[in-house]
Amino acid sequence: MSRERILIVEDEPNIVLSLEFLLAQHGYEVVVARDGEEALAAVEARPPALVLLDVMLPGIDGYEVCRRLREQPELTHLKIILLTARGRDAERLRGLEQGADLYVTKPFSTRELIATIAGCLGGSPP
Amino acid sequence: MWSTGATVAIALAYVALLFFIAWRGDRQAAAGRNPLASPWIYALSLAVYCTAWTFYGSVGRAATDGYGFLPIYLGPTLACALGWVVYRKILRIAKIERLTSIADFLASRFGKSAFLGAVVAVVAVVGTVPYIALQLKAVATSFQLLLARDGPSALSYEQLSLSAAAVLALFAILFGTRSVDLTEQHAGLVLAIAFESLVKLVAFLAVGLFVVFGLYEGFGDLFARAAADPALAAMLSRQGASEGAWAWMTFLSLLAFWFLPRQFQVGIVENVDERHLSTSAWLLPLYLLVINVFVLPIALAGRMSPATAGASGDTFVLLLPLSADRAELAVLVFLGGLSAATSMVIVESLAISNMVANDLVLPVLLQRSGSVGGDFRQPLLISRRLAIVAVLLLGHLYAISAGVGASLISIGLVSFAAVAQLAPATLGGLYWAGATRRGALAGLIGGFAVWAYTLPLPSLVATGRLPASFLSEGPLGLSWLRPHALFGLDGLDPLSHSLTWSLLVNVVAFVGVSSLAAPGPVEERQARRFVDVFRYRGEVEVPVWSADAPVASLRALLSRFLGEERTERALQAWADEQGVDLDHMGQAHPELIAFAERLLAGTTGAASARVALASVAQEKTLDVGEVVELLDETSRVIAASRELAEKSQELETASAELRRVNEQLRELDRLKDDFLSTMAHELRTPLTAIRAFAEILHDNPELDTEKRSEFLRVIAKENERLSRLIHDLLDLARLEGKEERMVAEPVDLAEVVADGVAALDQLAASRGVEIEVTAPMGLPPVAGDRDRLIQVVINLVSNAVRFCPAATGHVAVSVQRRRGELLLGVEDNGPGVPPTEREAIFEKFRQIARPVSGRQAGTGLGLAITRRIVARHGGRIWVEDAAEGGALFLVSLPTRAADAPQPIPLLLGA
Amino acid sequence: MIPDRLRSARLVALFLLGALGFNAPPLAGVSLPGTVLGLPLPYVYLFTVWALLILAIALAVRPKRGE
Repeated sequence: MSRERILIVEDEPNIVLSLEFLLAQHGYEVVVARDGEEALAAVEARPPALVLLDVMLPGIDGYEVCRRLREQPELTHLKIILLTARGRDAERLRGLEQGADLYVTKPFSTRELIATIAGCLGGSPP
Repeated sequence: MWSTGATVAIALAYVALLFFIAWRGDRQAAAGRNPLASPWIYALSLAVYCTAWTFYGSVGRAATDGYGFLPIYLGPTLACALGWVVYRKILRIAKIERLTSIADFLASRFGKSAFLGAVVAVVAVVGTVPYIALQLKAVATSFQLLLARDGPSALSYEQLSLSAAAVLALFAILFGTRSVDLTEQHAGLVLAIAFESLVKLVAFLAVGLFVVFGLYEGFGDLFARAAADPALAAMLSRQGASEGAWAWMTFLSLLAFWFLPRQFQVGIVENVDERHLSTSAWLLPLYLLVINVFVLPIALAGRMSPATAGASGDTFVLLLPLSADRAELAVLVFLGGLSAATSMVIVESLAISNMVANDLVLPVLLQRSGSVGGDFRQPLLISRRLAIVAVLLLGHLYAISAGVGASLISIGLVSFAAVAQLAPATLGGLYWAGATRRGALAGLIGGFAVWAYTLPLPSLVATGRLPASFLSEGPLGLSWLRPHALFGLDGLDPLSHSLTWSLLVNVVAFVGVSSLAAPGPVEERQARRFVDVFRYRGEVEVPVWSADAPVASLRALLSRFLGEERTERALQAWADEQGVDLDHMGQAHPELIAFAERLLAGTTGAASARVALASVAQEKTLDVGEVVELLDETSRVIAASRELAEKSQELETASAELRRVNEQLRELDRLKDDFLSTMAHELRTPLTAIRAFAEILHDNPELDTEKRSEFLRVIAKENERLSRLIHDLLDLARLEGKEERMVAEPVDLAEVVADGVAALDQLAASRGVEIEVTAPMGLPPVAGDRDRLIQVVINLVSNAVRFCPAATGHVAVSVQRRRGELLLGVEDNGPGVPPTEREAIFEKFRQIARPVSGRQAGTGLGLAITRRIVARHGGRIWVEDAAEGGALFLVSLPTRAADAPQPIPLLLGA
Repeated sequence: MIPDRLRSARLVALFLLGALGFNAPPLAGVSLPGTVLGLPLPYVYLFTVWALLILAIALAVRPKRGE
């Protein structure tokens, strides 16, 4: 079975580093984008199974990336998990309105994050 | 040439004509054709201002003083210009409040104070009696002059004065005190006064034309001949005229025109239509102008004619036609003078009698009788009639006393000055709601005392009743108390001197005492009703009476003053208008009591009406809450009325202001949310990395050493970032809070720069950035906190270093001196700050672009902290384009001791 | 409201003009021996200013239509 690909969109290098390590450890193929533009380009080039999307990005923010991705009918199966350090309900709601599947608040528990991703992709981690 | 009998007959015939006109006028008014409906009658009745003083005295003044008589008429002309603005306000108030005299006006304005009313009445009586005496004197003198040609007159001066007083008292009583209600106009009397104004004008113009075109060949001839006499020529070109006295007289006569009791009577009480003011505003000044055209020519003719040599100028008007044997003209002149004198005496005595009866006699009567029954109408009418007789008798006694040696004009001016004492309280009360009863009393009594000391008292010297040294050396030799040079104010004529001091004392006492304490509740309410009279369309009835007066006792009270029939009529009219049934009303509404009060005020004056009502109804004492409620109510009514479009405009402005503040608060709230959210983000980001790596390390004990130490390094680095952030946040909170006191010691800024830059040497060296420092020697110190200022330098310079391109970076730090401040500049050759961001970068967590060295370098709080520190030093920080395209941060710091700057509220981000 | 205000403002201005015109600076300025058409200068000045002021007042207080 081919490894499922996950796109990490995050501008904090140390967080990227930890996510990269975690996901690779759990058998996912990892692609990294540092900002919104890069993320959109990466999805277009080769759609991943799931996007782990930080909200506070330089340039186009996470909500906007999410909205644009959802505008594309061919990406209906794409799962999107928003990552944010702003933990307020209003923002959670806003994220879900833009079509995100799930919403994870920073700082997160690594185990929960892996479980969430696995659940989202419909199975136990590979 | 005329027998005594014939002259008396002519005079009596004239008076009989007056009686007839007055009687006709009353008849017409009763028949519904009120002669007062004509604005012309109103304007002519205002010319009661022109008395014997005008008719005879002006020429007397002109004969010695040239133009000196004119200010007396220029003042009223100016008053007429303001009439529509100021006088209309008095008129409107008087009509709404049913006021009947100037005493009533002031008493009502200042909390319906009976005492104030009494004081004003006394001032008016004292000030007016000499003026009435002047008229009687003029009548008697002119009578004697007319007869003098045929040997000694059969009638003595005393007899003439007394009979004139008697006839005039009769007229005033007959046509002025018929009804007990003072607000009812005296149509017949006013019509007679207007007629008299015409008579005196025609008579004076006749003699004027006779002199100019009969005795001389026109104005040119007369003036040319006068100019040949050096004394007259000097007079004609106003050589040596006192401009100060001229200005005072103008001002004084303006006040007199408004506040003399008789002017208040014809101008306010007898007015039936406010719009008449727009006719009288030009017609009356025109009348004054016309009657004055011939004054100077007659005076000059008198001075030049041998027939009048040695005679007083006051007699020229009569002597010139007599000496030319123009008997019929002399009689016309006599009638003109008679009309001028009689109209004044009639109206003045009527006005004074109202004040005396309502403000002096009635309060005593009320106090005596209390709430015991009895009809007040007879006592009231009788006291008014007695007051007329008493005032005229006093006038007569004054006229025959030795004191009347003075010229007509000087007596008149003394009266004017007394009446002018009413002006500060009246005008102040009209426009200044904060004026109080105590203030009005203090001003009035103070001003009046100074007046009495400086004008009438010294005249006792002339009559020998006081020693001459009283004037020249002051009482008991106290020279600073000399009545004509009080406190050493020397060199003014007595009138200007007296006015300067009395009005100064008056105004200072009025304003000063008013400012000492707030007005009481009744005063406050009256103040609103007076000051804001134009704001009310119709009447906003303010309930000041609580509703525990039985209608029956109210009815009984009114009947005592108005009689049963009138009371019944008035109450019924009110009930019909209000749509209520009085028979089934046990307790009176507050509105009904207020109506009764106003009804009563028209008869008794405001102060007495209040006292009388207090015997049957309870007066509400308003507390602050109720006043506020009242004002609320009033403002609602106000907003509804069209006249208050202006007010609602103000309200709109106010609510716009509120909306704006609300917007600002909301913005502030949003900023606060943003800030909290941003701060959470900034704190959680390092925490996220720390937690993730801690868990990874924990879950993967088998990781190789190299990875482990890499991850541990990340944890340490993020930890450091977190600490720095928390430190900065606390620092900022301290700077924003009120607690932290900044040390203020003299600090050498050059030294601070050197220290700050030294601390950054390593950072700069590691990035290959060159730092250049320029600071001249001998800069003045700034007052401040050395460590904080070093922090500023470090923040700015480290920012500059980080934004510079590595290796080719160049940072220039400079200190310069500039008008009372030092200017610290930090310039780099980095990317610069775009104009749109120049304000924003000083806000918390606002970073425009990543420093080249990577994100971790700054917390996003450095500039915010820097700005707070600079502000605390009383300085300013801003950013400009540097010459090399980078950013130039500038900090100005005052070199004087920094004033404790206001701490900037937390989170404002401003 | 506005015409009322305007009228008041005009009248106050006339008052001030009149007060100035009747008093020292201009009046002292014409206190000279000269004559105009055979009449003394101050006499002509005072009565002319006076008449003009009355005319101006009359124009300023003229009732508005409908008043």
